[in-house]
Amino acid sequence: MLTMRFFRMIEGRGLVFLGIIALVALLVPFCNLYLAPGNPFHVSNGTVVLLGKYLCYAMFAVALDLVWGYCGILSLGHGAFFALGGYAMGMYLMRQIGTRGVYAHPVLPDFMVFLNYKELPLTWWGFQHFPYAMLMVVLVPGLLAFVFGWLAFRSRVTGVYLSIMTQALTYALWLSFFRNDMGFGGNNGLTDFKDILGHNVQAQGTRAGLFIITCIALALTFIIARMIVASTYGKVLVAIRDGESRTRFLGYRVEHHKLLVWVVSAMMAGVAGALYVPQVGIINPSEFHPANSIEAVVWVALGGRGTLVGAALGAVVVNWLKTVFTTGWLAPYWLFALGGLFVLVTLAMPKGLIGVWEDIRARLANRKAIADAKASGGGSPVARSPDPQVPR
Amino acid sequence: MPFAPLLRAMMLCCLVMLGLLAPAVIRGQAQAQVSAASPVPGERLAAGLERFKADSFADTEAAIAAIAASGSAQGVAILSALGDRRLFAGAAGVFYRDAAGQGFDAVTGRPATIPPDAGLVRLNNRLRNVVQAALGTMTLLSPDPAQRVRAAEAVFRSRDAGALATIEAALPGENVPRVRRAFEEARAAILLSSADAPEELRIAAARRIAEASDNDAISLLRQFSGQTTGGLRAVIDQGIASIEQAQRIRAWGQTLWFGISLGSVLLLAAIGLAITFGVMGVINMAHGEMVMIGAYVTFVVQELFRSHAPHLLDWSLPLAIPLAFGTAGLVGIAIERGVIRFLYGRPLETLLATFGISLVLQQAIRTWFGPTNREVSAPSYMAGSFEFLGLQITYGRLWIVVFTLCVFAALLLVLKATPLGLQMRAVTQNRRMASAMGIRTRFVDAMTFGLGSGIAGVAGVALSQIDNVSPNLGQSYIIDSFMVVVFGGVGNLWGTLVAAFTLGIANKLLEPFAGAVLGKIIILVLLILFIQKRPRGLFALKGRAIEQ
Repeated sequence: MLTMRFFRMIEGRGLVFLGIIALVALLVPFCNLYLAPGNPFHVSNGTVVLLGKYLCYAMFAVALDLVWGYCGILSLGHGAFFALGGYAMGMYLMRQIGTRGVYAHPVLPDFMVFLNYKELPLTWWGFQHFPYAMLMVVLVPGLLAFVFGWLAFRSRVTGVYLSIMTQALTYALWLSFFRNDMGFGGNNGLTDFKDILGHNVQAQGTRAGLFIITCIALALTFIIARMIVASTYGKVLVAIRDGESRTRFLGYRVEHHKLLVWVVSAMMAGVAGALYVPQVGIINPSEFHPANSIEAVVWVALGGRGTLVGAALGAVVVNWLKTVFTTGWLAPYWLFALGGLFVLVTLAMPKGLIGVWEDIRARLANRKAIADAKASGGGSPVARSPDPQVPR
Repeated sequence: MPFAPLLRAMMLCCLVMLGLLAPAVIRGQAQAQVSAASPVPGERLAAGLERFKADSFADTEAAIAAIAASGSAQGVAILSALGDRRLFAGAAGVFYRDAAGQGFDAVTGRPATIPPDAGLVRLNNRLRNVVQAALGTMTLLSPDPAQRVRAAEAVFRSRDAGALATIEAALPGENVPRVRRAFEEARAAILLSSADAPEELRIAAARRIAEASDNDAISLLRQFSGQTTGGLRAVIDQGIASIEQAQRIRAWGQTLWFGISLGSVLLLAAIGLAITFGVMGVINMAHGEMVMIGAYVTFVVQELFRSHAPHLLDWSLPLAIPLAFGTAGLVGIAIERGVIRFLYGRPLETLLATFGISLVLQQAIRTWFGPTNREVSAPSYMAGSFEFLGLQITYGRLWIVVFTLCVFAALLLVLKATPLGLQMRAVTQNRRMASAMGIRTRFVDAMTFGLGSGIAGVAGVALSQIDNVSPNLGQSYIIDSFMVVVFGGVGNLWGTLVAAFTLGIANKLLEPFAGAVLGKIIILVLLILFIQKRPRGLFALKGRAIEQ
């Protein structure tokens, strides 16, 4: 009974998505750990890291799609939440280095010794404890989102204005994290990590473990997002997206609804960032750059806004393309391709890859219906036209 | 802008007139001095030179004093040769070599070959100081006013009592105001520092120095504040206080000017956006790239001038203005026709598409011109600086402020006084009604976007003077530009003006306390908070239009 409800909530597309994640979570670490490097199915360590990175981005994209696709809040500063989560994790990892740093200081990370810090700044207290750090991964982005959202939604800053404000937010953070006085490593950020929970972050086993955890986190993020979207609350969100004033006039507290989904999304982004950092091995202020956040928006747009699965798909596809382009002779053309993608997606495929796929399916079904109708010699079939209407 | 060449021409005229007047003034000065000096300077000079031949330090010192007192025009050349080890004395006479190696006879000042038996006139450290002091005194009598000012400033710093007589002798005849001022200050400095001078003279001197009101004056006064007592001390302390007050006011003025200067840069960057975003409602993330295109047009024009007509290099900037406007405007029209017109009414999609365009444009420029910074040199009329009410103002910044205001005025004029401006406003206010009145709305859309982009290109010409011309030029302005437009209130040019200057000045006011980066962050946070309070900006449009 409960399972049936769960399946209905997740939808067919979502089940396929979860199935793929499960498959990847099992296959990739297996092929990496248990197949010899010569084996054609062997997955190299580098590829595991790369795939792990894509999955973190996919999580981030799902979080972004939750607010943009279902509530119409186009955030151009979601990268800030991602990076803050990453920094929280990075701070835990820095504290784990201990005396193995270049200056071998038992408490202070290398860069603080270098900058003549005498004692640990207040912001770093407690980060040696994993549970506290994990709490901060969720809490810091959540709190920032709460304060920002509370101010913004209450005063009814909407649409483009909100987008620009979010961009200013991440821009301000970008500038601040570059400063050495902030105590977060300045320009160089946090890197040279050694251990996570006593396991070497560079070790093959740890990487495989992190990969599996990322898969689980992505699946959970997706399920939570689906639960939100499928609930009554999710319906109100869509109503806000399509007609904010009307929803307000119907008696809903629009600000509260928006604020909740906004904070949840920011927390999800924070978790994605936290998983990203130990796999990539570095976090620096460039993660705050406004361009990153806008790029994430195009992942969602390419995959299909308001589909969740599409967002994850878009994130993987765009980042895979980025890897292909930037590692070969095509490198100088990557920005042309990315820029072209922005224009192409907005002009030609407003519903993204998922939308294109649905159109094809609808057209095939339509053709089949016509053929069936002809074969049975019955009356005219009901033509299902693909619907090009996009939520504005 | 048609104003730039005009102003340039006016400045040229002023310079030419100054150039014509200056020699006459200087000549008059020189004559006055020659007549004031000793009747037969040549004889006294020759007598002094004789003593070099003895080659003893005592005689050399006497010779220096005699030459300094002779007032001869050659004295400066001889003494500087002595200081630089280029003076030779022998039985045949005294000779010196100029910096280029040409020999001269010291008595006549005519070119001559230095005989081999003439030996170098030697100096010790004490004498070297004597030579420097004597040179300082002698240049006080130089025919060149600039040199006289420099000499007086040197005396002011050294407070060499030996120069007092020369200064007092020269003061009555001095009629170039700034030289006179420098002489008076130098005289006051000497008097103040001589402990045996009468009290009332020293008090007058302290007052005179306090009037000078600059850094040198205040450090001099501070130095004597501790050494003196009674009435003099009171006058000195009062002087210090008044200078400090003046310096505070000047510092505020300077900050204000920097703020206006930054504000004008912000306004320049944002003004095109005020058209595309403010008037049309199009979120143009490629706006910064229009600015970048303008800057690169400037670079290309300047390179063409450099290779084909180097003597006209100063004209490259005025010429780049219309070209940048045209180029950026055409690119803007192409973007509007190619992409944006399909996205009207979908602001978020427009934002994404134009961001994509900005990436493509950046990469295109990077491919053509390379990723490094390109050098755009400042024309001669933008180089240098001048002092105004004690403020250091560089011509470059001044021109940018003036230019920005001209662009603003021109834009206002286009919007308010031309048929195109009228149509633009009609279309943005009520598209369907405008269309019914026979306005070609599509054409007006393209033109408006072209105008906004063109203005951004013009901004690029000015920004090429103060920023690095690189493919990233535009990116660094885009967020600031949006902030300015949103802060000022969308659809309101005057709001943009006020917002730009407010932000610029606020930023510069914060900088001394918070540092450049933190100041900027504080401004951003304040802006975010402000927008919460007034979501439609400083000067919001009222009425039903905003509810769309």
